[in-house]
Amino acid sequence: MSKKRLSKRQLGFLKTLVFGVCLIPFGLITWDAVNNLLGADPIQTLHFRTGDWTLRFLLITLAMSPLQRLLGSPLPIRFRRMLGLFAFFYASLHLLVWLVLDQSLSLDNMLEDVPESPYIILGLLAYSMLISLAVTSTAGMMRRLGKAWFTLHKLIYVIAVMGVVHFFWLTKLDYSEPIVYAVILLCLLAFRWPMMKSMLTSKTNSV
Amino acid sequence: MLIKKASSLTESDVTPEDDFKKSRRLISTSRRQFMAQSSAVMLASGLAPSTLWAGNKIENYSKSSFSLNEKPTPYEYVTTYNNFYEFGTSKGDPAVRAHLLKTKPWSVTVEGEVGKPGVYDLEDILKRQQLEERIYRLRCVEAWSMVVPWIGFSLADLIKQMEPTSKAKYVEFTTLYDPKQMPGQKSRSLKWPYTEGLRMDEAMNPLTLMATGLYGEEMPNQNGAPLRLIVPWKYGFKSIKSIVKIRLTEQMPKTSWNESAKNEYGFYANVNPQVPHPRWSQSRERVIGAPLFTPKRDTEMFNGYGEQVASLYKGMNLKRLF
Repeated sequence: MSKKRLSKRQLGFLKTLVFGVCLIPFGLITWDAVNNLLGADPIQTLHFRTGDWTLRFLLITLAMSPLQRLLGSPLPIRFRRMLGLFAFFYASLHLLVWLVLDQSLSLDNMLEDVPESPYIILGLLAYSMLISLAVTSTAGMMRRLGKAWFTLHKLIYVIAVMGVVHFFWLTKLDYSEPIVYAVILLCLLAFRWPMMKSMLTSKTNSV
Repeated sequence: MLIKKASSLTESDVTPEDDFKKSRRLISTSRRQFMAQSSAVMLASGLAPSTLWAGNKIENYSKSSFSLNEKPTPYEYVTTYNNFYEFGTSKGDPAVRAHLLKTKPWSVTVEGEVGKPGVYDLEDILKRQQLEERIYRLRCVEAWSMVVPWIGFSLADLIKQMEPTSKAKYVEFTTLYDPKQMPGQKSRSLKWPYTEGLRMDEAMNPLTLMATGLYGEEMPNQNGAPLRLIVPWKYGFKSIKSIVKIRLTEQMPKTSWNESAKNEYGFYANVNPQVPHPRWSQSRERVIGAPLFTPKRDTEMFNGYGEQVASLYKGMNLKRLF
């Protein structure tokens, strides 16, 4: 069905639609915050909701190339950058909640908390990698970086793994939710196994 | 200093009656809303909306001089934000499922190094106790805290009535084990039944409370009805709920969270901002019910009860014996 090529206008419309849908979680979170519906522990609720959506968008982004192959259509790839940038958007909100609400923007607080909380260190590392991907996500950057761009953007795999480990690391006893993310991530990585294997063998062959 | 001595605490230090009534009115509205919601949930799942809240008023209790001079966390949060894994691992599970627990009749087995072992009816135990209201801060190991107006009696009084032998060095508590009433016990999140313990001097400290109610009424099931422990200077997981057995022992008892992760949850579990949990800081705490932009509260040594309990740990390395 999607073999037929979309016109520029159709694609533009579809992109606007997807953009709008990706903003729905943000809208809901904001609505709940403004109307005092975040429950007994609002900071924690915001941490979880923004963190969940970061992980979900990372996984959705990683699902685009398998989806392309399953559908036999290049369409999913057209949305990959936008989805990746939404992962960055929700990660930024997640960080902002931590900086403003959890740490009250106090450097003293951070210097005390960060060394005592390994999962925060991991999260900050993953976020700094994500920044490098967001900054180089434009067409111009892609052109300028050439082959290096593809190597750099392989970091998305590392970031996704770090994100899931970050979730495991802060969890107390009930690992059911992080396990769901881990399983989905493993499936998405498994899909790339042939590619990774050929990359590895071609490298060893050339040495 | 947070804890006032009897001499410095006057009647006016207690939340003014007006405020209290006002907050009660708010509470009952939100409670009704919540009840309506959860009844709908229960009806939808085929369960009758039975006594989610016992709601029975406790008639005779005095006000304790150990109470904090702070506004209690709203009833709605105290009774819907609970860690009680016997009903599920998420905070909302206990409020939705705890109606399955039958708290009447209830008996408590007393055994071990005591002169008067036996199975006692809770009502008989309560007949011999003086109930009082104590407003304590509860600090969870997950770095949040609330202020709860508990009603209960001193554990020391109960232990004295049990006539401990000279060999009694520790007190071990056990929660009910019955997966039918406590569906969370069907999953093996912790090793059931939940057990906790105190050193004898900790158990005999006047702050240590056996609670049977909160906010002037009988203990809601999700908060550990009908009988739970409150040790305000320790992380919340020490304050075991729905107790069916009290055993005095010579050896340090095994405790559930310690068994589940020895390097993360110690036997003592004293609130201590200087000793981080291996995976997160304990220096500050989120105040439950506070508006969104409220800065976190600095966690106090022994949760602010140092004056009464610091001497129990003199000479102990609290970094090692966390």
